[in-house]
Amino acid sequence: MPRHDTALDVYRQSLPVILVSLVAGLFAGTILGTEAMRAGIESVPGLLLLLPAFLATRGGVYGSLGARLSSALHQGLIEPRFEWSGRLRNAIIASFLNGILVSVFIAVLAWGVTLALGRSANLFELVIILFVAALLSAVAMLGVLLTVIFKGYRRGLDPDNVIGPVVTTVGDVFGVAFLLVGIAVAGVIL
Amino acid sequence: MVRTLVPLLAALSVLQMGSGTVLETFEEQLLEQPSLLVLVPVMIGTAGNLGSIMSARLSTQLHLGLLEFSPNNPYVRATVGAVFGLAATVFVLLGVASWAIGRVLGGTLGLPRLMVITVVSGMVLAVWVVIVSSASVYVSYRLGYDPDDTTIPIVTNVCDVTGVLILFGVVSVVT
Repeated sequence: MPRHDTALDVYRQSLPVILVSLVAGLFAGTILGTEAMRAGIESVPGLLLLLPAFLATRGGVYGSLGARLSSALHQGLIEPRFEWSGRLRNAIIASFLNGILVSVFIAVLAWGVTLALGRSANLFELVIILFVAALLSAVAMLGVLLTVIFKGYRRGLDPDNVIGPVVTTVGDVFGVAFLLVGIAVAGVIL
Repeated sequence: MVRTLVPLLAALSVLQMGSGTVLETFEEQLLEQPSLLVLVPVMIGTAGNLGSIMSARLSTQLHLGLLEFSPNNPYVRATVGAVFGLAATVFVLLGVASWAIGRVLGGTLGLPRLMVITVVSGMVLAVWVVIVSSASVYVSYRLGYDPDDTTIPIVTNVCDVTGVLILFGVVSVVT
């Protein structure tokens, strides 16, 4: 950081993204309330149970990718543009693997907890839904995140102030929407 | 990064089942009052946002060698001040927005009640976010992990679970 930021600086830089995130979060909440989603929640036991874990994984995986890239930018270890090599590539591949692996784990976990709570759940169905949702959101998240970080940095924005809100915003909206897609795909396959 | 994060995220997912169970418990109330259903992702998201701003800033300052862990440190103060300012702004707006959306979707919860729910649970959550973020940056640093890898997942996950608990704690007192 070239100079000392005051609370007001941080507030000013973060507020717009936080507000966008608020709107997007409300949008994600509204998707949750739609009939298609409520039908999905009813027809797929365990879905409401895994929802917070799934949404949080998006934040965890891509939030740490963002924080990593932002520190590397501040330290001058990477350039603020897309380059398919070295540090940047490793960070991208790692976050991709993390997202998929942990989502599949969540599916298995939710299946186990649902059974433990004395209700039936379909392991295969949950795994398909989460795999599809994780794959699609990885593509969407990486695209948005890299664009925002690099473009923002080039324009003098400190990525630290915006990564989290961007990640949770995009993650929640795409996460909930891609769960719906996953439910549809599982319905076709099974 | 995969080696640090996968076990960590897997462990945190187990923790997340806690908030999932809370949601399942309140399923009927959630379907009855759409305002509350709308609040869930936003509450979870905002806590995560504030926590990640806090911890991303602290860990960058740590990497740059500027951070000392003290409440008197100007970087820490500026960040904490900003987090509270943002929380106050967002949770007031959230009260109004969730009330409006809830009305459209046919809910009956009034504006004053929703404002109390969002502002009280939001500000409690903000205090908690500051504590958890600082603690996790400090502990990661002490244990030799890169705070960039560990803190955001920890903070977002912990704040999700506690966010849902705090939200429904306040809801059950107010409604």
